[in-house]
Amino acid sequence: MAAESTYNYKVVRQFAVMTVVWGVVGMLVGVIIAAQLLWPALNLDIPWLSYGRLRPLHTNAVIFAFGGCALFASSYYIVQRTAHARLFSDGLAAFTFWGWQVVIVLAAVTLPLGLTSGKEYAELEWPIDILIALVWVAYAVVFFGTLAKRKVEHIYVANWFFGAFILTVAVLHIVNSAAVPVTFWKSYSAYAGAQDAMVQWWYGHNAVGFFLTAGFLGMMYYFIPKQANRPVYSYRLSVVHFWALIFTYMWAGPHHLHYTALPEWAQSLGMVFSLILLAPSWGGMINGIMTLSGAWHKLRTDPILKFLIVSLSFYGMSTFEGPMMSIKTVNALSHYTDWTIGHVHSGALGWVGLVSMGSMYYLIPRLFGRTEMYSTNLVNVHFWVSTIGIVLYIAAMWIAGVMQGLMWRAVGEDGTLTYSFVESVKATYPFYAIRLLGGALYLSGMLIMFYNMVKTIAGSKAVDATIPAPASAVHA
Amino acid sequence: MDINDLRSLMTLAAFAAFVGIVWWAYAPSRRARFERDALLPFEEADAPNHGGARK
Repeated sequence: MAAESTYNYKVVRQFAVMTVVWGVVGMLVGVIIAAQLLWPALNLDIPWLSYGRLRPLHTNAVIFAFGGCALFASSYYIVQRTAHARLFSDGLAAFTFWGWQVVIVLAAVTLPLGLTSGKEYAELEWPIDILIALVWVAYAVVFFGTLAKRKVEHIYVANWFFGAFILTVAVLHIVNSAAVPVTFWKSYSAYAGAQDAMVQWWYGHNAVGFFLTAGFLGMMYYFIPKQANRPVYSYRLSVVHFWALIFTYMWAGPHHLHYTALPEWAQSLGMVFSLILLAPSWGGMINGIMTLSGAWHKLRTDPILKFLIVSLSFYGMSTFEGPMMSIKTVNALSHYTDWTIGHVHSGALGWVGLVSMGSMYYLIPRLFGRTEMYSTNLVNVHFWVSTIGIVLYIAAMWIAGVMQGLMWRAVGEDGTLTYSFVESVKATYPFYAIRLLGGALYLSGMLIMFYNMVKTIAGSKAVDATIPAPASAVHA
Repeated sequence: MDINDLRSLMTLAAFAAFVGIVWWAYAPSRRARFERDALLPFEEADAPNHGGARK
């Protein structure tokens, strides 16, 4: 086999298939814990199934397993196809796949066992953290190595976003996971007190900004133009979009620590930078959506474009909501309520989820020598089931959150609290039921995708596309 | 010089760099080059692998 005449699609196929598999698993755990909030007895009195242990399993599975595999698959595909070069090293690429799967399996074992470092979105204990760091360095070598051997002069904008995501996550992970091991499965953070909190949310919010945003914007800048068959609305805006995000994201983290022991100036700075972030976020959203300008009719008939474009509307909604919630007086109402959960899921289900699904629907048939999924109708059904699920989920959490915030702050004439805490829990009960319904719909959409993927793969064989000859790379 | 002066200078330098990037991206002389760059995803060998004819 002439290895250098084709792209390495094998690793892309592996990550693409696992994206769907881990999507089903992660969302199933989400539905289970949503049900536990409604029926607490569902933990069956088994410690491994208790909410406190399953919740980090859910977040790790959807962010790092589902989202992570989608990022690996799409970045490996896009970097090859826009560099006109095969991946830098097949062996290292295979190591990133198997290494990442081992990380996921270890997470799925240790988190239910209660082995956790207690840092949100960074719960995994130090031996797993070291493995993550090794896989990540290999990922960076493969990605940047491929860019280095590119046969075209320009580095397409999607690769800038993927590159920023890979570099930043490496720095975030290594700094925030620094810890002093006590035993093999127990460590303490290298930082203490308010500094520890600040490092954690510097990590936490930049994980949102770079893991859950920059990489997925890379998908947007490739798959929307490809699926719409027209170049991005404004390439110059995409350049400014990239650098604006890079210059502003780093200081948004303190908005997770309003009214805590964090210095007041750091809180205010976090708020200001979060407000500034509205501009690049909306610039990017407009750039993606306007790519369809003059071809809006395609949205009527193409369910993959529906996924991609509606994901951007959710991106716009959540990046408007986020800066608003970072305003300290708004945060005084929203913090610690289910409003935050609603906000996160409007970004996670609406933006990250839908853009990944749309990208995988573009990608999967092409990795198996087809141009379309087994059933385009099922793609359409998936789109509507997910969208209705998201709307139910986030509307329920908004109402529940604002209600909780108002109940907690209500005081009588004499300054005593109007409601006890448990009264706010009771009032939230029906909204937990609606949230469960929304989550179950979203999971069923993922199951439809799984079925569609299996049928697509069953009737076809794996194909590795050929790399364009250098002569054809000169564009007229 | 106070360390905070250095920090302020750094912030100003970053802002100046950003303004420079905006100018660089939007200078009329680079319009054609960026329009060409935007077409990069459409340069490929495997015609069946992309959704339809290129405009």
